Amino acid sequence: MAQKTIAGVNLEVTDEGFLVDSSQWTEEIAKELAKEEGIELTDKHFAVLNFIRENADAGLTIRKVGKSGIVDIKGFYELFPGGPLKLSSKIAGIAKPTSCV
Amino acid sequence: MKKILILGAGTGGTIMANKLRKALDREEWDITIVDKHKTHYYQPGFLFIPFGIYNKQDVIKPKANFIPSGVNMIYSDIDKIIHEENKVLLEGGKVLNYDFLIVATGTRIDPEETPGLKGELWRKEIFDFYTVEGAVALQEFFETWQGGRLVMNIAELPFKCPVAPLEFVFLADEYFTKVGIRDKVDITYVTPLPGAFTKPIATKMLGELLKEKNIKVIPEFYLESVDNKEKKIKSYDGQEIPFDVLTIVPVNKGDDMVERSGMGDDLNFIPTDKYTLKSEKYENIFVLGDASNIPTSKAGSVVHFAAEVLFDNLLCAIKGRELRATFDGHANCYIETGFGKGSLIDFNYETEPLPGTYPLPGVGPFGLLQNTKMNHYGKVIFRWIYWHMLLKGKELPIENHMSMAGKKKS
Repeated sequence: MAQKTIAGVNLEVTDEGFLVDSSQWTEEIAKELAKEEGIELTDKHFAVLNFIRENADAGLTIRKVGKSGIVDIKGFYELFPGGPLKLSSKIAGIAKPTSCV
Repeated sequence: MKKILILGAGTGGTIMANKLRKALDREEWDITIVDKHKTHYYQPGFLFIPFGIYNKQDVIKPKANFIPSGVNMIYSDIDKIIHEENKVLLEGGKVLNYDFLIVATGTRIDPEETPGLKGELWRKEIFDFYTVEGAVALQEFFETWQGGRLVMNIAELPFKCPVAPLEFVFLADEYFTKVGIRDKVDITYVTPLPGAFTKPIATKMLGELLKEKNIKVIPEFYLESVDNKEKKIKSYDGQEIPFDVLTIVPVNKGDDMVERSGMGDDLNFIPTDKYTLKSEKYENIFVLGDASNIPTSKAGSVVHFAAEVLFDNLLCAIKGRELRATFDGHANCYIETGFGKGSLIDFNYETEPLPGTYPLPGVGPFGLLQNTKMNHYGKVIFRWIYWHMLLKGKELPIENHMSMAGKKKS
């Protein structure tokens, strides 16, 4: 765990930079976190981030986001290149997605 | 007469039928089990078929052998569950009523979910080993293969028996070494996970083993499509991997019946309380094993441990009492690592696989996250245990809940 100041707010984050308390999240914080990943957030990004925040408890998969009606899987990769679910979860201020095996 | 209905006579359904028939009065409780297939497959054995270690007859027995007398066995497709009316429709219109329902319809592969996967190369140069047909076709292919690029890919999470594709590449390494063409076979393990496995300590151990055996790992590859012409797999972010033979774990889904009943998530798995194993929505419906969405491995060992909990909770529910048994997500998986050795992992919802000994602290005989001959024997012997003890619901000398005894926390 570490302390970090993002968008003027002092926040507790995990070693990998995920917010510990999801309720502290704001759109300003999202913009800062996205910038660190080299992403400029658009309305489309925010639509996805909101979907992710709303469905955080139910368990998320890339396929599920692809069926959200907001983006398809390809579009999801274009918005958050590399690891879309991990990146978008980080920027949405929710916990790192765990794949259970 | 009150009625318990079990959908699916695989590992979970069969164990439940045996346990419940022993425990419940025959004058009072009618028990019925439905499955579309007459054959029971020993699914852990599929892995060995491509390498000629097992053949088809080693992994099949009639389902009827394992259903106790006093249980009605019906062979039929299931149309859907009508939960508002406590009844199940079978194909052809037959109706079964229930007081309590246990859904144990498992998971299956759905190659149709990935464009191009079930194309012209399917079962010619693209194979699954999660069906007996796929495993047998692959055995025939390997018998005369001259070598080339062998790509093992996992299409989507979750999938049944998460260690099976790892075991597959370990056994392939041994097989091609023994037939003398290992230098002509390039083995690549392509996974959507960030590494060989999900949890850090096991990933490290298994990752090192892959490296030692000269098996390449390509992580974070999320399969979009298969190109049959160019013989490549393509990911959503534009990576392309060429293959000469592709072995694949296609997208896993729950049974179509779950979708027709409107009870599943986006992959037809049923939302289930991970502790009580009761359906999240319906009071008198329990879900056992792979059919549920509980966050642990889809594997026979999990079903076996979960069956104990479901049994206790069903008895509570019958009496109108609170459900008092809780499932901890316990899984226990032997991992074949090739050349007569094996590893073993034991874990649950909270505890990742750790090194140590199992089941007895310091004694074993099995070594957790160790590569030993004894672990391999454990896997070999397990087939006998499965047919003769596990399916019949007999007590095994291992704990139902995961134990920390014998494990080292580093």
